[in-house]
Amino acid sequence: MSMLEVSHVSKSYGSKSVIADVNLMFEENKIYGLLGRNGAGKSSLLNIMTNRIFASAGEVKIDSESVADNDSKLGLMYLMSEVDLYPNGSKLSQIVSDSELMYGGFDHQLADKLIEEFGIDMTQKFGKLSTGYNSIFKLILALCLPVKFVILDEPVLGLDANHREIFYSELLASYSENPRTFILATHLIEEIATIISDVIILDQGRIILNQPVEDVLARTHSVVGPKNDVESYTKGLNVVGHDNIGNIRANYVYGDLDDRRLPDTVQLSNFDLQKLFVFLTNQYEGGKHHEN
Amino acid sequence: MQFEFNSSEPIYHQVAEQIEDAIASGGFEEGAQIPSTTEISKEFHINPATVLKGMNIAVSKQLIEKRRGLGMFVKSGARQRILEAKRDGFFDAFIVNLVREARNLNISEEALLDLVKRGYNQ
Repeated sequence: MSMLEVSHVSKSYGSKSVIADVNLMFEENKIYGLLGRNGAGKSSLLNIMTNRIFASAGEVKIDSESVADNDSKLGLMYLMSEVDLYPNGSKLSQIVSDSELMYGGFDHQLADKLIEEFGIDMTQKFGKLSTGYNSIFKLILALCLPVKFVILDEPVLGLDANHREIFYSELLASYSENPRTFILATHLIEEIATIISDVIILDQGRIILNQPVEDVLARTHSVVGPKNDVESYTKGLNVVGHDNIGNIRANYVYGDLDDRRLPDTVQLSNFDLQKLFVFLTNQYEGGKHHEN
Repeated sequence: MQFEFNSSEPIYHQVAEQIEDAIASGGFEEGAQIPSTTEISKEFHINPATVLKGMNIAVSKQLIEKRRGLGMFVKSGARQRILEAKRDGFFDAFIVNLVREARNLNISEEALLDLVKRGYNQ
């Protein structure tokens, strides 16, 4: 069992805190979604996890061993991100050979398939790639290197809808064939909602949700009906958002409903992950507003 | 399988339901192999563990069975079992709502029965 553990990690730049006491446990062979608004700290966290930047406090461990300057543990992770680590003048095929040496392996069979499906020319120089193909090339590396933790920060940046479809399909095919841990940080929540098994929401440097998607969705309830009935039904429940159209009101509840009686006029259903994300990460802003 | 998923019901339920519907409609024939977990996962972008959970519901309902090393197959009698279950659930699934809506619209019992007859004669 390989376990990736983030333990009491904080990061600040001067007096500005970007990551505040984050604790996470990534289990083997699961697909995690790491969600957060722009500036929430996702990239900082992923960079700390892979030792690209240093935490101000706390540590990151794989199987109870710190990853800091620990090449054998760092070699178990690959972080694909917006930052380019490869020389612009290098041919793609050369970068593949270098990476193969560094990580001690490369799945050429899968790579050939992906190269064909995405239609990428491996004789090109890295610096000449468009945004989309820059992402695609790095995704191919991420899927074909023999790592236990594949960490993808904005994996579909610049990819058109067709290429995104291919990516999600190939990600799942590769995962079925060779189960390992994936961490996907993305803004396209709807596209990954059924792909991930667990969701982590980071807001202003703090973890505000970390649970299996199925459990999370089971606790979302939209309560729709005449305003008064809806308000009295949801009284005391954890209402995270609402909509109004005329006298019809929708209250969005996150949490368990007790066995209160549902009025005939009120309809109950679930709502989706993206909606929940918007509510939970807006609330903070709303809260801040009140303080001012 | 048409596999249009909505967000208001757990995905594994929907996977199980879609398999059931495909068997009921004859899309998946008795004795024939159905797509593998990986195929369904890849095609519809669903986590394989979720697909498997849905398949296991269909297994526990005696609709499909695993043949070692080969894959999942539709059991004989599966279609009949689904139709029977749907008939058992027909009252709760359709009649209750039908009568409620008819009451809301002030349609009398007699008028509703006439409408049902008209439906049969169409």
